[in-house]
Amino acid sequence: METLEQTLARAAVAAPGAQLSVVKNDSPCAQHSLLVDVEHAYAVAKFLRDDPQLRLDYCSNVTGVDFLDAELSEKVKVKKVVDGVEKEVEEVKKTKRAGYLEAVYHLYSMALKHGPVILRQRTPGRADPVKVTSLTPLWRSCEFQEREVFDLYGVLFDGHPDLRRILMWDGFKDYPMRKDYAEPDDYEYEPTPHDEVLEKAKAHLPKAEVKA
Amino acid sequence: MLGTGILKGMVETAKNFAGSYHDPERLTTVEYPEQRIASKENARQFPFLVHDTEDPMQGLRCVACQICEKECPPQCIYIVKSKDKRADYKGQMQLYPVTFDIDLSVCMSCQICVEVCPFEAIKMDTEFELSNTDRFGGLLVNKHQLAKSNEHYRKIHPTEAAVSDDALAIEVAKAKAKAKADVEAKAKAAADAKAKAEAAAAAAPVGVAATAPVPKPSAPAAAPAAAPAA
Amino acid sequence: MDGTQFMTFHDLAYDAGKTDFQRKAEVIGVGREGELLEVAMGPQHPSTHGVFRMDVVLDGETVVKLKPVFGYLHRNHEKIAENTSYLGSMPYTDRLDYFCSLTNNWAYALAVEKLAGLQVPERAEYIRLITAELTRVLNHTCLAGFLLQDMGALGTPLMYAFREREKILDLFESLTGARMMCNYMRFGGCRCDLPAGWLAEARKVVAEYPKFLDEFDALLSGNEILMARTQGVGKLSAELAINAGITGPMLRASGVDYDLRKVDNYGIYSRYPFRVPLGDHGDVYDRYMIRMLEMRESLKILEPALKDIPEGPVVDPKAKLRGFRPKPGEAYGRIETPKGELGFYLISDGSPNPYRYRVRPPSLINLTILEDMCLGQTVADAVITLGSVDIVLGEVDR
Repeated sequence: METLEQTLARAAVAAPGAQLSVVKNDSPCAQHSLLVDVEHAYAVAKFLRDDPQLRLDYCSNVTGVDFLDAELSEKVKVKKVVDGVEKEVEEVKKTKRAGYLEAVYHLYSMALKHGPVILRQRTPGRADPVKVTSLTPLWRSCEFQEREVFDLYGVLFDGHPDLRRILMWDGFKDYPMRKDYAEPDDYEYEPTPHDEVLEKAKAHLPKAEVKA
Repeated sequence: MLGTGILKGMVETAKNFAGSYHDPERLTTVEYPEQRIASKENARQFPFLVHDTEDPMQGLRCVACQICEKECPPQCIYIVKSKDKRADYKGQMQLYPVTFDIDLSVCMSCQICVEVCPFEAIKMDTEFELSNTDRFGGLLVNKHQLAKSNEHYRKIHPTEAAVSDDALAIEVAKAKAKAKADVEAKAKAAADAKAKAEAAAAAAPVGVAATAPVPKPSAPAAAPAAAPAA
Repeated sequence: MDGTQFMTFHDLAYDAGKTDFQRKAEVIGVGREGELLEVAMGPQHPSTHGVFRMDVVLDGETVVKLKPVFGYLHRNHEKIAENTSYLGSMPYTDRLDYFCSLTNNWAYALAVEKLAGLQVPERAEYIRLITAELTRVLNHTCLAGFLLQDMGALGTPLMYAFREREKILDLFESLTGARMMCNYMRFGGCRCDLPAGWLAEARKVVAEYPKFLDEFDALLSGNEILMARTQGVGKLSAELAINAGITGPMLRASGVDYDLRKVDNYGIYSRYPFRVPLGDHGDVYDRYMIRMLEMRESLKILEPALKDIPEGPVVDPKAKLRGFRPKPGEAYGRIETPKGELGFYLISDGSPNPYRYRVRPPSLINLTILEDMCLGQTVADAVITLGSVDIVLGEVDR
């Protein structure tokens, strides 16, 4: 199977205007992924599915990931003049990264039995509404999984035929898998030996019991 | 011929039906409260705390390190540490749990508390008939209910207990050896200090102290001498 | 929550302001409003294998629309795992597909091993293979029993299946301490070594199992009623199966040769030759037969594996139990469980808890095409079509 860089080069030709880049993965398994902009995701995915060398006809897994706003610190070596001598000094460079939500697709080929090619779509920010392109028209297997990402992360999938909540009930308001989700403290308060649960529970007990 | 498949199946059920009257292999159920299947040696139900001495509370191996509390996936363990210390099975001063509660209605019998415990203090019991009418209080067990003797552990999990006992015996032997070494080192250090003090006292009048770096003949000198020995 | 709002069936309609019935009637039943019937099968329905609902629109007895509704067992397993250490999620994976806890354990352990670069000792690989294949046999046995129960063969086949299942569960209990919630695999190996005499017992069970399969085949596989009831029912074409990401016996019943044990070669599967049974109609009968054949193939793997198992350690000495922190990165690990491809996608940020923990549940994704398979069939066939998908709601809902 060709390398991800080769795939990227060919995908860029097949989908002109697409902004593609490789996201490196540092873990020992080295499953790098292909980042694509939301506008061209459909075209790139179609190329990946239909290209005779790749034939990624099977979309195994769709994952939503939430990255909060973060301050990244990076150690940079800077040349500086210290006491009249030029020296290399390590400085911590801090950059602010705006948070984003991601939809990650793991693609395999059942025909050629290779994979995975990992495709990522990133939203520009975390403020609602966050939108990415649905790949359900290409792979039916995304149907329930994209609904799940919508349900738990609040990512809207453009072009999804049936986007509604799947695991939570229809009246549910928030998106529970987001990293900044605060659970309501009244949904379960069984007495347990743990103080914090008991403290939370106190607020919901009838008044008379609290006094006692 | 149509119907042979059904007839074949009927023969199969007839065999099983007839067999259930004389073949013990075909009798697969037992009448539970009266008859029981012997429990497997590895079987696990809920955790208990191991104690070594006659008095369960004095002999608890638990030192309230709270690792199990932290690692417990459903967070069903609740520990309060003691303020004072007491000697454990190898004579080392350790904390002990003032409160050790496990909420059995939350516990999922995963055995992770047993695996992470570095003191062989918590083990899995095989008791399962714990039904209770009090949903909240009844299944919240405290350290008095949890404490069970090492003999009990040896009885329910003989192989595992042997391994655990061996590990503890090694620990005790190490502790004893270390204590012995400590005593010897202290004695040696004291003797060294004494000898040095005498030597210094003898040398001082001649005036060598100004040139040779002889350690000062004072009490603190014993401490650095003892350190490497320990 | 705002008060105690009681939700009725019509509140749960898919288009705001319109009931499902109205919408459907516009499409297929123009002018026949009085004839279509909207039925909620479940969540408390014996044919749904748990708390699962099928909203079915019926024209007489024919299914014209079917929407699966689930989430009744949803506990946000993925969020729980993000707030627990890597090790702490292991017992929770038992509860995904509670029939096959050992394969769930393996899939998760495999993903973490990929993430952290751990090696698995030889003996542990053998134990994993043996327990996983026993799990496959156990799961397929039960499925055959449940499927026949759905068809109206009440009791007998299911009880025969459970009798055999018990023998394998006994093996699991003496090895792991629990019958179903095994919590046995660890990152870089297994939790403990095999107890004395376990291999002999396992060999005995494996040697006797074909006898039961023969019995079960004689009882049912050639049964004319079973054939009439299942052949040509719930058909699924190979193209649709691939596109919809169907995996496991369902996919192979449609004739697609895709078994991760062969494709990914994880563990030590490459050492044992076995055949992958394929169907050619993609109907319920094929799905039933595929599972019967897979059991025989599993036994073919088990027999030599139980002989070959070497001595040695069962866990990687580099693997840490407490304070396990993989380096930042991500990994996707998948194995062929009895239900299909179970994958775990983990993102680590270097902390003791996973940053993202995703389960790719085969049962959920196999449900995607439930409607396609059931349209145009009778409601009784919808029940057995669902039965042949082999879902476990602990995994669908997570």
